[in-house]
Amino acid sequence: MYKIVSKKVLNSVTKMLVVRAPEIAKVCKPGQFVIVRANETGERIPLTIADFNRERGLITIVFQEVGKSTKLLGSFKRGEYVQDLVGPLGKPSPTDKKYGTVVAIGGGCGSAIVYPVARAFKEAGNYLITINGARTMELLLYRKQMREISDEFYVTTDDGSCGVHGFVTNVLGDLIQNDRKIDLVFAVGPVPMMKFVSKTTEAKQIPTLVSLNSIMVDGTGMCGACRVSVGGQMKFACVDGPEFDGHQVDFQELMGRLNAYRTYEAEADKRWINQQGGET
Amino acid sequence: MDKSARRRNLVSEKNEPKGAMRERKPPTKKVMMPEQSPAKRRRNFDEVALGYTMEQALAEAEKCMQCRNPKCMSGCPVEVPIRDFINLVREKKFIEAASRIKETNSLPAICGRVCPQETQCEATCIYGVRNEPIAIGRLERFVADYARARGEDLPKLPSKLGKRVAVIGSGPAGLTCAGDLIKLGYDVTIFEAFHKPGGVLIYGIPEFRLPKEIVTAEVDFLERLGVEIKYNHVIGKIRTVNELMTEDGYEAVFIGSGAGAPSFMPIKGMNLTTVFSANEFLTRVNLMKAYKFPEYDTPVKIGKRVAVIGGGNVAMDSARTSLRLGASEVTVVYRRSREELPARAEEVHHAEEEGIRFQFLVNPTEVLGDESGNVIGMQCIRMELGEPDESGRKRPVAIKNSEFVMDLDTVIVAIGNSPNPIIPNSTQGLEVSKWGTIIINEETGMTSLRGVFAGGDIVTGAATVINAMGQGKCAARGIHAYLTKKAAE
Repeated sequence: MYKIVSKKVLNSVTKMLVVRAPEIAKVCKPGQFVIVRANETGERIPLTIADFNRERGLITIVFQEVGKSTKLLGSFKRGEYVQDLVGPLGKPSPTDKKYGTVVAIGGGCGSAIVYPVARAFKEAGNYLITINGARTMELLLYRKQMREISDEFYVTTDDGSCGVHGFVTNVLGDLIQNDRKIDLVFAVGPVPMMKFVSKTTEAKQIPTLVSLNSIMVDGTGMCGACRVSVGGQMKFACVDGPEFDGHQVDFQELMGRLNAYRTYEAEADKRWINQQGGET
Repeated sequence: MDKSARRRNLVSEKNEPKGAMRERKPPTKKVMMPEQSPAKRRRNFDEVALGYTMEQALAEAEKCMQCRNPKCMSGCPVEVPIRDFINLVREKKFIEAASRIKETNSLPAICGRVCPQETQCEATCIYGVRNEPIAIGRLERFVADYARARGEDLPKLPSKLGKRVAVIGSGPAGLTCAGDLIKLGYDVTIFEAFHKPGGVLIYGIPEFRLPKEIVTAEVDFLERLGVEIKYNHVIGKIRTVNELMTEDGYEAVFIGSGAGAPSFMPIKGMNLTTVFSANEFLTRVNLMKAYKFPEYDTPVKIGKRVAVIGGGNVAMDSARTSLRLGASEVTVVYRRSREELPARAEEVHHAEEEGIRFQFLVNPTEVLGDESGNVIGMQCIRMELGEPDESGRKRPVAIKNSEFVMDLDTVIVAIGNSPNPIIPNSTQGLEVSKWGTIIINEETGMTSLRGVFAGGDIVTGAATVINAMGQGKCAARGIHAYLTKKAAE
């Protein structure tokens, strides 16, 4: 059992939990994830470690409430316990290297995951440009924190309610158009966003890393649910990833696989909403 | 079996003279074990075989010749004193019989259910030369279940040696190794990656073949003996083998992490959304209880027409699970012939009884999908058996122009596993083979690293529960010898 020591509502659909997990906090690195099982009947879901505090033995997870499992997790209060937490899993982000100029892009909830990685890029001596995007202003995450660590900082919203009116790829495209020297692009967000970021950087062959949120069961390479085609090769996101070369990823296939259980997810969600008395 | 048949059977067995000359008698058969009828069980997850009654167990045990030089034991990888325990059954000392087995085998209720007895103890049974062999597996199951139901006393343990051993993985190899070590006086901690103990016994083998309650009970027994289990611990990630030895105070480590990475076929369509590894499919159903969705949150997707690729126990389990989840047509597709099926004979028999279809000498060449990535069919090619390959089995060879398409909506791939690379990759100096399996000294179980031992599928590649247990036992002996010698130095 893992105690929730603090909880924060980041916006109408996103929550943050800080959980006591000293053994994980001691060794985890940016880019790694944990598998969470909220309670005894719960599902195992992968969530990227958004932050950690080694001294206090804490890790932070940030998640968007998209279905039953994330809503259940979001219903937990401070002082309550998460049943299971496994990690740190996956390979860490390659942040220990100086690339030159790194563009870190976070879309929606992805910004929370990008933040610790971007910070590590900055600490490694890179010039850091961040692009923080969301559908609308209310859904922008980690705006303040991102700005603090960035050498250049951009905000985009699909509806123009904050920053640039448009997508993260508009800003990225402009940077590339203006012949800015970019040595690495790191993007986390919805699959279509990561796909278009990869497309944007492809012409100039700018190295692009994306963090994939495949369906997983065990998270240790045992079930193969998270398999993804990368450069025509079958890879397991849990052990070979979760980060891959965006130019090599078959995003179309990934989107199909992410939808595999959609009808079941909808059913579970509906049932959850009914159990909560019709409120979400 | 109906009651009158059971009675007939019992009478005929009971009338056999003990140890008499049997030449003129027709060969006897094993006392039948009651089962759920195929029609009923194909729609539920309850256990298929129901186990012997006391009368049936006595009748079967009575046939045992109590050979002076029994051969049955030589067929048992964990050295169960078979003749002795059967003798105790004959004396109606069932609890004692169970204790006798547990001296060498920590998991008798499990072995009685999932061991391939026909190729092990029962294959070497002397009574079995002229008759069906003594049903050793069924008797083992009977006494283990009997003792569990009545509550077993803990065996007397020697005083603690004050030495700690870490066991990685709580599957059959790890549990056996832990059980043997705790009985020798070591402090044993098992590190398990999942949230429940048992490894393949929990996530792999279905409820209808091995009720999870039984696995839990066997593990509970080990915990009562003092074995500590730490869940949610992926060694190689949260701690390394080296850290366990140098920082955490374990004097030896046993690696029993299993053959964790599912193999897929190098054909088109393997990543379609309704193609599943047997591992994923079975883990969802068994460990995560997806068959109880939405009471449990984990879903499992099953269509109407399912093909399972492979011919081992995992393939049989996947096929029979598909049926129980509501598939209307389930076909096992195997590239060799019936004779080469690696699955346990009883499982194949049960699968056929339940209506599973078999396509022998058929190999998939492509899985066909629609635009959204769902399976709509599978193209296959017919095979014939050619010259024997390295494994000694006849090599299947494709017959030209024999392609055909099966209409399907779900494909489950059960063609085996390769060793999970997490521990080899995170353990410096640990020697592995070109297949990624850990290399050990066959006698001691020790790896290339001093004090680090290994066994089970991570050493052999995918094999049976009982083989893994045999290796766990061997390593426990090796660890004891190593630590005894180290203490003396």
